[in-house]
Amino acid sequence: MASAPAAPPSPAPVPAPRSSRGRSTLYRGTEGMWSWVLHRITGVGLFLFLLVHVLDTAMVRVSPEVYNDVIGTYKTPIMGVMEAGLVAAVIFHAFNGIRIILVDFLAKGPRYQRVMFWVVIGLTVVLMAGFLPRHLGNVFGGGH
Amino acid sequence: MTATLENPQTEMGAIPSFQVTMRVERFDPESGSGSYWQEFTLTMHGTDRVLDALHQIKWDLDGSLAFRRSCAHGVCGSDAMRINGRNRLACKTLLKDLDLDKPVVVEPIKGLPVKKDLIVDMEPFFASYREVMPFLVTTGNQPSRERLQSVEQRAVFDDTTKCILCAACTTSCPVFWSDGQYFGPAAIVNAHRFIFDSRDEGAQQRLQILNDKEGVWRCRTTFNCTEACPRGIEITKAIAEVKRAIVTRSF
Repeated sequence: MASAPAAPPSPAPVPAPRSSRGRSTLYRGTEGMWSWVLHRITGVGLFLFLLVHVLDTAMVRVSPEVYNDVIGTYKTPIMGVMEAGLVAAVIFHAFNGIRIILVDFLAKGPRYQRVMFWVVIGLTVVLMAGFLPRHLGNVFGGGH
Repeated sequence: MTATLENPQTEMGAIPSFQVTMRVERFDPESGSGSYWQEFTLTMHGTDRVLDALHQIKWDLDGSLAFRRSCAHGVCGSDAMRINGRNRLACKTLLKDLDLDKPVVVEPIKGLPVKKDLIVDMEPFFASYREVMPFLVTTGNQPSRERLQSVEQRAVFDDTTKCILCAACTTSCPVFWSDGQYFGPAAIVNAHRFIFDSRDEGAQQRLQILNDKEGVWRCRTTFNCTEACPRGIEITKAIAEVKRAIVTRSF
């Protein structure tokens, strides 16, 4: 009985059902949704950084030598690349935060949110373009 | 006679027809096997909408497919579903506007419990709608004539009068997916419609209801609701106006 209602003539054979529990597709948002996702990711990332940063700075209370040892471990190329990511996260999070304030407080803010998002991305790219050559030169060129 | 009958048929051929693959998420609560995808290949015309494709599946291929629709012309708001990853009304989405090289993916709207196939339980949605008192609140005796309003006073909340309660906005909201207690964009839109109505006297009460952890402050301005609204309501703007009203009227 369960499989009784045979499909009437169809243009193409209907494939057997495939189980896909919980495999619904990703919601396809636009700039607004992805700016929020980026804001969340950079926000959580910056929080974790600050947590570590407070701890390593607190080492100076233990002794200046311990502090120097801890900070010394950061002077690796991997940490250098992560620092570049940190700066990018700070810049995006700061500018997008201003965008959110304008969306909330300006009467015309919501209407220009998409433009403002691309301005945020543009400013982030420009500032990173100024920062990256010098920073990566220091990290990989052995400046200091 | 036959010649005159054949002519309109060749005229009919003038409407471009094409093959469409519909990929529909199915769920039968009685089978106990969870949800699964089912594909149907149909021959549709340039004038057909996603709803017409679903009709063809239900009427000609698989009568067990369940979905809601009432007016079928974008007025009643019963056939909101996720089409190619975005909330749309099936009756307002033309097939020819979609990318037909890939299957058209149709899923139920997100964040509400699925009852069967594309039908979701709308009760949580309407519960938060009722909570914002979506009706005129006045005090004193009824006036003997109509309550007058200027064009400017009406224009303030004109946008939010267009809501058809299809739930496309509320179920496009990432906050609502993870926190079902959030009022959701639709409830706030319908509160906005009365808060800014010069004839209404219940604004303070509604602002108090929405000035809540699960009220307007849950909005993260992702603009998914504004993008999803089939009536083109600027929902995020309306929510921002309610936020500002709470802040300015409490001082």
